[in-house]
Amino acid sequence: MNDRAVAVVRAGALTTVQDLGRTGYAHLGVARSGALDPAAARLVNRLVGNEEGAAVLETTVDGCALRPRRAVTVAVGGAPCPVRADGRPLPWGTAVRVPAGALLEVGPAVRGLRSYVAIGGGIAVDPVLGSRSTDLLSGLGPAPLADGAVLALGAAATAVREPVDAPPWPGPPGELVLRVRLGPRDDWFTSGALRTLTTRAYRVAPASNRIGLRLDGPALERTRTGELPSEGMVLGAVQVPPDGRPVVFLADHPTTGGYPVVAVVREGDLGAAAQAVPGTPVRFVTAP
Amino acid sequence: MLRVGEAALLVELADGAAAEAFHAELLRRRAAGALSGVREIVPAARTVLLDGVAEPARLAAELSGWELRPGHARAGEVVEVPVRYDGPDLPEVAARWGVSPAEAARIHSAAEFRVAFCGFAPGFGYLTGLGARYEVPRRATPRTAVPAGAVALAGPYTGVYPRSSPGGWQLIGTTDVVLWDTDREPAALLSPGTRVRFAPMSGTEAGR
Repeated sequence: MNDRAVAVVRAGALTTVQDLGRTGYAHLGVARSGALDPAAARLVNRLVGNEEGAAVLETTVDGCALRPRRAVTVAVGGAPCPVRADGRPLPWGTAVRVPAGALLEVGPAVRGLRSYVAIGGGIAVDPVLGSRSTDLLSGLGPAPLADGAVLALGAAATAVREPVDAPPWPGPPGELVLRVRLGPRDDWFTSGALRTLTTRAYRVAPASNRIGLRLDGPALERTRTGELPSEGMVLGAVQVPPDGRPVVFLADHPTTGGYPVVAVVREGDLGAAAQAVPGTPVRFVTAP
Repeated sequence: MLRVGEAALLVELADGAAAEAFHAELLRRRAAGALSGVREIVPAARTVLLDGVAEPARLAAELSGWELRPGHARAGEVVEVPVRYDGPDLPEVAARWGVSPAEAARIHSAAEFRVAFCGFAPGFGYLTGLGARYEVPRRATPRTAVPAGAVALAGPYTGVYPRSSPGGWQLIGTTDVVLWDTDREPAALLSPGTRVRFAPMSGTEAGR
């Protein structure tokens, strides 16, 4: 077999292949998917000389371990974590060379939730509808990593690129502040509920995943009962199910839904949401 | 017309037929080269979502000036979906309609459907075309596993499950047609606007 590949020694709790997602298919029920923290995915790609949209690995909480079959350039970013090759510590957040056959360990996240592993050449699984991303809601794209799996790599850039000026990672938020624009269904809620949403504290609930950031906190009271006829849903939609606790839609969200959307979070704030550990305080503020 | 976040608009229409007509108009204009600053056009029950819009305020002003042609676009071939009307809920659906199971299958296979919108899973279309008197409620208790190819009813819609999944729709039949195949171009057999007919296969209730 081609040695341009990495073997998965330890898949970790949930490690998926992600790029910047698939667009243009929402009308068929296909979510955008893609890296939950796209800024981190772009940065690690730039660090190893890949295009920003190359496929990387997104880990969850406890990292993963890989064994490249040939020497590769690797960068680990997103949630900070220990990085080792054959037990030897390597720097996080910068491009490092890992020899053929060495055990690359991406350790548990020290802060934040999701680390991103870029390998020179990118993960070369077959694209589905123009993207290599795993969509956990619909099952599109490659399956989550399993121990013993082997992932093909693309051809690494041969030309030496200018070193990137890596901006310091902002770090996981102590408090997650999400800027929102109210609507489209804010008229389904009492004025008290809208005040609650934008003034009271919520917390990230443990049931959060790539589909949505679930929140614990005061329930939002509706002015009307029943379900909305199904309508299109956007990334960042703050959907309110009957229990009144808001859910912020992340990359693998359903494309249509029948619960009212009280507000929509700015896309630029969702990367921080992807790194917020359960229990993190959350505050919604209306954007000017 | 409602703003949705920073880059999307939700256009509300009077009813499902108006939403289908507005969606057809959007597709006509996009095919003619307009709407280049729009990434996604997502029709639904009574709305059309325009997402990834470069200039939402300008587009909103433009859309409000449109005159809609009445009626549906009738372009496009009819997709025929062969069905065995053997679903476990067919007797209950027939009883709600006040007819025999064989007659229920005949009624369903005589109608022409359109895909009003998709959602729930890739390739799952919400098809309209049965009269209002044939609406049925969802099952009180959803099934934990509905098999791929199940033809099912809920509210005013008919749908075909592209893959096995939980579901609360009333199952009236089964098809072998592949609804969703990412190795095929296009991957989805049914997309919004597609016309559909269900053809009874011999040996089913309708054929007996």
